[in-house]
Amino acid sequence: MASPSDIREKLRKKRRALQETLVKNKNEDDVQALVPSTKLSGEKRQTTMKEPEGSEEDPGETLKRTIRAQRQRRKKRLLEQTLVQESRDDDVEEISTIQHDGAEEESAEKAHESVVSSRSPAGSQKGLFSRTQHTPSSQSQSQSLDDFVKRRLEERLRAARSKSESLQQPEASFEPASRLQSLRDRDTVTRFDREVDPDRSGRQDPPSALSARVKFREAARRVGKGLPTAEEAYNFFTFNFEPDPPDESETTSSKRQKQRKTAKDDRDEDEGDEAEEQEDAEADEDNQEENENQSEEAPLVQNAEEDLFALDQSPQDFLEVRKAEYIGYRNLIQRESDLLFTPSFRTVPTSIKLPENMKPRYLEDEGLYVGERPSVSLTNENILENRILKMEEGKKWFGDDGRIMALPDPIKESSTRPPLFHMEEDLDPALQTVYRKALKSKYANLYIAGAADPEGDYQLDVDVSGLIFSHHPLFSREHVLAARLAQLYDQYLTRQHNNLTGHLTDKLNGLRSALRNMLEIHGGQSLTQAMQQRFSEYSLEIRNTRQLRDSEQEKDRTLLKNIVKMWKEIKALREFQKFTNTPYKLYLRRENVDRASDEREHEDEILAEVLELEAESEEDYHKKLAEYNKQLEEWKLWRRKQKSKKKKRKKKKKGQAQEDTEEEDQEASESEGPVEEGPPKPEPPERPDFDSIEQQVREKASRIRRKPGEAILIPELSASGNITASELCPRAETARREDVARRSLFIKILYNDKEVSRTDSRSLNTDFRVHFGQIFNLKIVNCPQSIHLQVFEEIGSSCSLLARVFVPVPEPSVVTGNVPVEEFEFSSNQRVMFDHEGVGSDVPLSFEADGGNKQTLLTSGKLSCCVSWGIGDDDVPLAPPVSQQPGGIHSGLGRLDAVTYIGASGLYDMKKIGEWATQSRLDPNDPKNASIMQLLKVASSGEVTAPEYFRLEHLQEEFNFVTDEELERSRRFRLLRLRNQEVAEFRNYKCVPALEREVTDKVFQEYERRLKEGEIIDTKEHLDSHRALVAKYLQKIRESVINRFLLAKHHYVLSDLVIEEEIPSIGILGLNLFKLAEPKRPLKPQRKERKKVTAQNLSDGDIKLLVNIIRAFDIPIRRPQSNKPGQSSQSAIQGSDWFLSQVQVRPFVEVSFQRTVLQTTTADGPNPCWNEELQLPFSAPNGDYSTASLQSVKDEVFINIFDEVVHETGVNDKDRGKSIHTHVEKHWLGSVKIPFSTIYSQSRIDGTFKVNTPAVLLGYSKERSHGANGGYDIMRSLSEGTFVTLFITMEPQLVPGESIREKFDSQEDEHLLQASERFEREAAQGYPDRPCLTTVIDLNGKTVFITRFIRPLNPPQEFLDAFPNNPQEATALVARFVSLIPSLPDRVSFSGACDLWSTCDQFLTLLAGDEEEHAVLLCNYFLSMGKRAWLIIGTAIPEGPTAYVLTSEQSRYLIWNPSSGQYYGQYDTFCPLLTVGCLVNADNVWLNIQEYTSPMRLNFDITKANLWKPFFSRSFSHPGLSSVQPEELVYRRTDKAAAAELQDRIEKILKEKIMEWRPRHPTRWNRYCTTTLKQFLPKLEMSGGQDVTEGHRHELQSLLGDNRISGFPLHLPFSEIRPIIEAVYSTGVHSVQASNVEFALAVYVHPYPNNVLSVWVYLASLVRT
Amino acid sequence: MATSNSSVFLLTVNGQIEGANFPEYDNLYCKYCFVYGHDWAPTTGLEEGITQITCKNSQSSQKLIWNFPLETTFKSTNPSGWPQLVVTVYGPDVFGNDVVRGYGATHVPFTPGQHTRTIPMFVPEPTWRLQKFTGWLLGRRPEYTDPKVVAQGEGREVTRVRSQGFVTVSFHIMTKDMKKMGYDTGPTGPANMPSVTSGWSTEEQQNM
Repeated sequence: MASPSDIREKLRKKRRALQETLVKNKNEDDVQALVPSTKLSGEKRQTTMKEPEGSEEDPGETLKRTIRAQRQRRKKRLLEQTLVQESRDDDVEEISTIQHDGAEEESAEKAHESVVSSRSPAGSQKGLFSRTQHTPSSQSQSQSLDDFVKRRLEERLRAARSKSESLQQPEASFEPASRLQSLRDRDTVTRFDREVDPDRSGRQDPPSALSARVKFREAARRVGKGLPTAEEAYNFFTFNFEPDPPDESETTSSKRQKQRKTAKDDRDEDEGDEAEEQEDAEADEDNQEENENQSEEAPLVQNAEEDLFALDQSPQDFLEVRKAEYIGYRNLIQRESDLLFTPSFRTVPTSIKLPENMKPRYLEDEGLYVGERPSVSLTNENILENRILKMEEGKKWFGDDGRIMALPDPIKESSTRPPLFHMEEDLDPALQTVYRKALKSKYANLYIAGAADPEGDYQLDVDVSGLIFSHHPLFSREHVLAARLAQLYDQYLTRQHNNLTGHLTDKLNGLRSALRNMLEIHGGQSLTQAMQQRFSEYSLEIRNTRQLRDSEQEKDRTLLKNIVKMWKEIKALREFQKFTNTPYKLYLRRENVDRASDEREHEDEILAEVLELEAESEEDYHKKLAEYNKQLEEWKLWRRKQKSKKKKRKKKKKGQAQEDTEEEDQEASESEGPVEEGPPKPEPPERPDFDSIEQQVREKASRIRRKPGEAILIPELSASGNITASELCPRAETARREDVARRSLFIKILYNDKEVSRTDSRSLNTDFRVHFGQIFNLKIVNCPQSIHLQVFEEIGSSCSLLARVFVPVPEPSVVTGNVPVEEFEFSSNQRVMFDHEGVGSDVPLSFEADGGNKQTLLTSGKLSCCVSWGIGDDDVPLAPPVSQQPGGIHSGLGRLDAVTYIGASGLYDMKKIGEWATQSRLDPNDPKNASIMQLLKVASSGEVTAPEYFRLEHLQEEFNFVTDEELERSRRFRLLRLRNQEVAEFRNYKCVPALEREVTDKVFQEYERRLKEGEIIDTKEHLDSHRALVAKYLQKIRESVINRFLLAKHHYVLSDLVIEEEIPSIGILGLNLFKLAEPKRPLKPQRKERKKVTAQNLSDGDIKLLVNIIRAFDIPIRRPQSNKPGQSSQSAIQGSDWFLSQVQVRPFVEVSFQRTVLQTTTADGPNPCWNEELQLPFSAPNGDYSTASLQSVKDEVFINIFDEVVHETGVNDKDRGKSIHTHVEKHWLGSVKIPFSTIYSQSRIDGTFKVNTPAVLLGYSKERSHGANGGYDIMRSLSEGTFVTLFITMEPQLVPGESIREKFDSQEDEHLLQASERFEREAAQGYPDRPCLTTVIDLNGKTVFITRFIRPLNPPQEFLDAFPNNPQEATALVARFVSLIPSLPDRVSFSGACDLWSTCDQFLTLLAGDEEEHAVLLCNYFLSMGKRAWLIIGTAIPEGPTAYVLTSEQSRYLIWNPSSGQYYGQYDTFCPLLTVGCLVNADNVWLNIQEYTSPMRLNFDITKANLWKPFFSRSFSHPGLSSVQPEELVYRRTDKAAAAELQDRIEKILKEKIMEWRPRHPTRWNRYCTTTLKQFLPKLEMSGGQDVTEGHRHELQSLLGDNRISGFPLHLPFSEIRPIIEAVYSTGVHSVQASNVEFALAVYVHPYPNNVLSVWVYLASLVRT
Repeated sequence: MATSNSSVFLLTVNGQIEGANFPEYDNLYCKYCFVYGHDWAPTTGLEEGITQITCKNSQSSQKLIWNFPLETTFKSTNPSGWPQLVVTVYGPDVFGNDVVRGYGATHVPFTPGQHTRTIPMFVPEPTWRLQKFTGWLLGRRPEYTDPKVVAQGEGREVTRVRSQGFVTVSFHIMTKDMKKMGYDTGPTGPANMPSVTSGWSTEEQQNM
């Protein structure tokens, strides 16, 4: 289906086409022009055709046409051919016009309005619609109007008849004109009609046409009946002969019409159309008129047959086709001019527009503002004016100036709307629209602000618990009384609860005693003014209190009396009415008192009161007396004056003696007069009558107080009585009760005067109590203005408001759950009367028998309810903030309320509080004031003092995190603080618990113990008290140093943070270039420096220790096992062939580190080559991988060489040859231990080390190579022992800790320091790999020049004495002594912070030190022994940078290792010293500037300046630095007993340990062997571990017989027990698994001076073979 | 050290390293790691990671997009040492050497909810001009010894840095039991929700 627009478009096209055809067919026939209307009405035609009327009309129409045609035929023959067609056409036209009538008017109107040529097609369509709609309505209406129209037509017919009668004579000559005239007239009339009432014509016209036809038919019927009246007949006949001028005129008019139509041209086709239709309609009307006129003719022509025929025929059969009438152009114009009004274009003269005799008035000229008129073209204005003038009251449209009135031009010159640019891309970002979610608007001011959150609404909980009537109209008399009784009882209870009397009595007593005390203290002495003031104040206070007390007591008394009285009344009433309505019962409990004491108290009380009153009245009297005296004085004075006056007068009047008597009289009168005028003579006050006072007091006491000895009455009201059943009651009472039962109550809750809820209605109980027990939660949005509850009483279906109760809006702090239910009283002044027992309300009521003493009771009661703010889910009160609360009205208590009196800020001011306390006379006994009194008492003893200090932030405490005590107490905070302070135990403490309770005390145990141990020395761990002391001392030094360096550690330099490429020098660049040419995979690859890793982000298992064991030399070989002791001596002789047949040794290397043990494969022979890499995991203590922590790791890497011995054991005879059971044993041969700290600081250790072999190795011998390679032998002979080549490193490589760069303060000369700095810098630049040391830091942390440490110092005398004639031996002994002092790297002790040097005496005291200390001591000893000795600063393996001692002996230089006591010749290949940096002695420092650094290639002649660069030269001479060393060392002889004790303890511990290490095997000790070994150890010590005596072995072997023994002595310097245990463990002796193994352990401690101890441990395992 | 039954709160960090804005460089990748205090321990998820290499879109956007997810859960007893995200951007220089293009760090947001952070990046500057040149020549720019340096304040005074672009990271934070332990980091008003980066950084973003 096409859309409306499509239709519109189609129509428009059609119309255009039509227009064209119209233009084309201007002169042609009308038919074509009518096409659209026919087409448009095509549909409707079909519908209308079905209408009976429509079909019925046709015969008449055709009849009429035929008649007309006949007439025309008669008149004009010319039209004959086209007649048929035209008539048909005409018919179609007619129908359409009839149907369209209503629409025509509309469109006609539109045509009027729109003069514009192009009328919208929509309009036409609308017209179309309206036409279709009109059709049915007009038809239906037509029928309803039928009668009316009929009547009208009859009238018209009658008129026409008379007219025709009158016109019979004038006939043709007159007819055309009148016809035309009528046509025009009617035309205007219709138009006017339409304009005024469009409906009328629309409704009228078609029915008229229809009815005409109906009429016609009727006429025909009548004809059919064949009873025409004479008159009708007459008319018929006369009309028949009527001439035809009207027809002629009709044709002419139609012609004219056509002309006019064509003249209308292209202007408006639609209008034309309509006009045309209109025209047609008019024509039709004409026709009808004709019909009417001719109606009489019809029956003549028609007959009954035709009528029947007409019904049968379809309308088409009767259509007459006729040619369109042509109307000439002029006619058309003329007709149009009649119809249309065309206003003139010409300007209308002003005079016409204005009322007559008026001059135009120009407001503008008069100076009034006239807006600019909107611009209208002059022509249009003229047309409008002309048109308006034609209208009625047209002139009112014109203003005074003769122009059309107009408002000022509303159009503004410029646009006021801001320009809008629709370029989205260029839109200013500031103008970009941002979508915001719609928010719930905040409530208006009325509402609670801040309640934007929908969940945050406030909730008011209204709890209506119940209702008690204190009076109700339905109360019976008994109820009234009972209610009163209950009320009194309540009152009694509250009074009892408050116990005001008791309070007041106490207060009174207190005041009295205070007064008494004061009197006693100051007894009789003259009182100060202030004291007197206070006295009077007190007494005043006492009086007031007493009066208050008295009144309270009286009240109590009366209340009790009333209760009793009321109860009596009730009882009487019950008696009287013979039934009970209320359950109340009153019991009076009697509490007996001790009569005597009571009386005494009473008496005392009275006495006290009397005394007071006496005193008061006395005072009063005195006051009055004083007053009196004063007044008397005044009076007397006045009197004297009067007298003197009188005397004067007397003197004056002396002469007048005769008037003496008169004067006397006068005097009397005069004196009398002034007396009356002046002050009256005061009455002397009465002396107080003390008797009466007592009398009064007693009277009062008997009135208000319990009589002494009288029992205390305690009333108890209970509701346990029975109520008489209704059946037993009189009728009136029953009625009352029924009435009560009928009633029920409910309560409405009104919030802000709006009802929000109501309770259920509950029936009224007989006791007039109603329980609701309902809680209403009001979600509120508005501020609470008022809350009130209305009490409604319901009787049957009607309810009435009893009372309303206003409930205050609660404070925000009042929340549900903590508010007690309050009782609100209410009352109503309703007047209610009953005819039954109910007393009614507002009705006078009397309980007296005589009807007197009437009371009027009003309905009243108590409503118990409470209102509070609700509590949310999270315990948040749903109350608005305080500021929201309307009207925070404070009660004007003023002085009673401290806050309002002095303000909240003043609460901190003691002075103000004190002032307030005194002014408001706080009752000290009131418990409410207790806290304040306490405060005042504490703050000031006696006088209130303001704090003397000024506090800046007196609220600071509120902002403190926690109080200091809490901070101290809290374990968690303590933990956090300790960690922050980087205390060693907590420095890396992970996950400090979040809650206090989760911090266990255990955490601090260690720390606290350490703190405690500051003084206590644990001898157990150290075995030696001296050691323990030393350890403690060392610990202290270490701590202080560490703490100093922890601070320094936080100083960073760029290289700590940023890795940066160093500036390459040309040489390096060249080298790099050269490197490019290097072979990619060289045959002998160099170890590359790996990237170093900072130890921050490491964890357990990340670090591995790589130990590469390459080869070993000269491992001891097995000695052939022989039973004969003598045989062994020959072993060397027969060795060569024996060795060939026998396995010499099967060594393997076991590396143990941190109790992880790994071993290599087993190799063969004394010079094995393993070349194996072992990976040992490393874990730092406490998982702390910081540099400091790593440096203090004391663990050592033990590299042990073992011999794998395979024994064939337990060979079973049966299985001989099939299987061999072997037993593998490992025998320790020697070990190398390297401290981890060395590896860490060196990052790699590479070299050949001397294996620490035991002095005696049972079953093994060091055999020289049997090969006769002389030269090689010579080389060997230089140093004996076993050597192992190792490479040790860490993976990943860790950055070793940097030493502190901080400058330490120094006492050295600044000059010297600068020089040394320069010297060191130059050395570092020129020879970067040569360590150079000029200044060192001593234990006090001060920089000291190195030469100050060298000074000849005496070794222990006993060493020198030991070998008086063998200086060689003495030297060795001294060296041994030095090496026995335990070595403790500074790196370990001071976390690598720096290298501290201690002086020799400190070193000997501490008994622990670095290589430097050893070297310095050794050097000093040598110097004192007269040797030339130097300190070598260089590097060695495995120590790294170290210090050795160089001695010059008989043209050869010896290099001493101070830590081991070994010495090496200069050319010893196995000398651990690798580089020599500089030499130091007491005078100078020489830097090695030779080409090589290895001692073998060096020339040690320091005098050669080209080889050794001296620090002090001629240009900078030695300033004579004094030594820091002491003059002389003092040695203590070591206590031998202590050593023996230590020896036992070590032995015991070791034995325990060994057994501990063998948990699954029994450990048996061979005591015999042990004793043998023990004897052997001192010999070893004496020999210095050298020279294994063959005899010893033989001795052993002879002792132990066939036992296979393997064992060795271990030698250690003693420092602690731990290293000894470690050493024993590493030998693995305990791991012998054989079942029949036995052990032997011997320990020997040899004491040297100054507590230097040498420890020997002889360990052996014996296996019985 | 803490016992297993000690009360902890949990912080779950979801999110992604969305991308970066390095106007001069291309083909960058990013390494990230979390730095946290003693009282923190990761329970699940990766603590560090490395993204793919991304190139710039040749036409319009100059942004480098990684969209590299982060997902880690921490447990802690103490808000001190709140985790920080350290990002390091690397990319090839003219000679194809991988050099560092930026370091940056930001605290993981405290408040639960969604957050976007734009981390300004910087690199340490060579001390000398010559070093700058040789560094450029050899492809070895100054680098921090440890990227975690940027998450700490200590020792930074000895370095000189140059700013170098931005990395955008989005976080989705969830916490558990924080309120229970008395730390209320409830979401602040919506005003604080958008990135907390300073004005100039966002401006820089717009100007790109």
